[in-house]
Amino acid sequence: MTQYIARRLLLMLPVALLVTIVVFVLLRLSPGDPLVIYAGEERDPVALAALRVEYGLDRSMPEQYVSWITHALQGDLGRSLRTRQPVLESIVERLPATLELGIAALLLSVTIAMVVGTLSAVRRNSPLDLLATGFTLAGVSLPNFFLGLLLILVLSLAIRIFPPGGYTALREDVWENVRHLILPAITLATASMAVNMRQVRSSLLETFGQDYMRTARAKGLRETTVVVRHALKNALIPVVTIVGLQVGAIIEGAIITEQIFSWPGIGKLAVDSINGRDYPVVQAVVLVSALSFMASTLIVDVLYAWLDPRISYSGQRS
Amino acid sequence: MSWYLRRHPRVFIGGGLVAFLILVAVFAPWIARYDPTLVNVSQSLEPPGPDHWFGTDDLGRDVFARTVYGSRISLSVGLIAVGIGFFTGVSIGLFAGYVGGLVDLLAMRAIDALLAFPALILAISITAAFQKPELWHAMVAIGVVAVPLYTRLTRGQVLSVRERDFVLAARTIGAPPSRIVLRHIFPNITNPLVVQATLSIAFAILAEATLSFLGFGAQPPTPTWGADINYSQRWLSNLKWWMSVGPGLGIFLAVFAFNFFGDALRDALDPRLRRSGT
Repeated sequence: MTQYIARRLLLMLPVALLVTIVVFVLLRLSPGDPLVIYAGEERDPVALAALRVEYGLDRSMPEQYVSWITHALQGDLGRSLRTRQPVLESIVERLPATLELGIAALLLSVTIAMVVGTLSAVRRNSPLDLLATGFTLAGVSLPNFFLGLLLILVLSLAIRIFPPGGYTALREDVWENVRHLILPAITLATASMAVNMRQVRSSLLETFGQDYMRTARAKGLRETTVVVRHALKNALIPVVTIVGLQVGAIIEGAIITEQIFSWPGIGKLAVDSINGRDYPVVQAVVLVSALSFMASTLIVDVLYAWLDPRISYSGQRS
Repeated sequence: MSWYLRRHPRVFIGGGLVAFLILVAVFAPWIARYDPTLVNVSQSLEPPGPDHWFGTDDLGRDVFARTVYGSRISLSVGLIAVGIGFFTGVSIGLFAGYVGGLVDLLAMRAIDALLAFPALILAISITAAFQKPELWHAMVAIGVVAVPLYTRLTRGQVLSVRERDFVLAARTIGAPPSRIVLRHIFPNITNPLVVQATLSIAFAILAEATLSFLGFGAQPPTPTWGADINYSQRWLSNLKWWMSVGPGLGIFLAVFAFNFFGDALRDALDPRLRRSGT
């Protein structure tokens, strides 16, 4: 297993390098001088030239890339063009809000998907199963920005149960934090809940046909034990893959939700920076989200091997 | 035909929904009674009624007309973006899979790098690389995001087909590689590609709506579902709900139709899924 992880990490290096090149080149391809956007056309040319030297924009593209990647490896992702704040600092500042939203949405999604997916598989073709199947199809087709607006419309503006947006830090007021969290978490969780529910149901149905299930029932075990101890445990392996990838895509998922609910996380920072052409921040956010996505893929593969003893990455059966 | 209909009713339901959407887009000028960009301030913010089925926005534009015309943008983005992704991805996959060796290794590492990006973040980054947001930038961005999917799928299929007897036979009689790939391998790997293309159109429609919602797609006054929902936000606190419901239902229906059709096609074309019944 250690060998496998080491090999995967080694293979990740060239891909990570390519990722940094894609991130860098994509944003440098953009026409227009970002400094002119911020300083204004009428800015003194001498001051503009000084700023260009400060941001390293006077050098050739390969030189700029080498300088950017060298600094990035040392934890220096540059300074925001808009606020002049160090980029890493602004990311770290917003990370807790994004993580809180992402974790809350994942917990909601996985818990409901497990319960409803299991009941749906056990009572196949029952009204509950049909309802759950309908939800899974609708859940993946409903754009989360539309769902978010509907939730605000009904639960914030018409009935006034939850605030329509904003954020209160957990350490300031726990109750207010939870009240602000509920609608964004439901919005972010719905699509992944639908996917997870479908996966739990189909994996369980596949597991129900296995010989060891017949053996467990033949031994006279209670149905609950058969489902929970024998079926669910095996059916969860593909679910772990999907949930693992969802963890890696937290920043991506948060982009829209944070925008709708004015949630001060990394997703909102990304959109604000793209709209403001604040390239150092955009580069950093894209890089962080791509690397976290890659890391989660690796963790999923390792978990897979750990959960399913039949899988052996050395090419031999363990 | 009737046998196929009985055996795969979902294919016909899904196909019917997709055909309905295409008809709405094609016949939009006949279905909508108003010009979607026509400003009529005297009729602003009217709730749904007999004159304006989905109501009007703050500029008095008919929401139903904008929703109907919005289907043109969404479907064309879906088809063109998937076309870009399909053509590029399948070409790379066929080439890398058939040639193998160093070409395959390099192509796959580049694809891995693209796959390392979450799809929406990559699409936003690509649209941000252009100075001004426009519809075709969104199409290109969504197309590029879809490339890795088709490349991997095609390459995997090519690897499993290229050692089959009929390919070896074609090689033995001296058929050139281009003929072997296009006439012998490609026709044998189309089923999963067709399924993936259908599902990708659903993804592309959703992605276009998301990019438009964020302001990276078509610009006003072009009627697009995502941008119209974004625009409706400013009137949400006044409970003018109808401005967002029309375009929202449009996105939902379009994505649902292609997802449903793609799923049904997969079940119908994959014999293993037919047997398992899951």
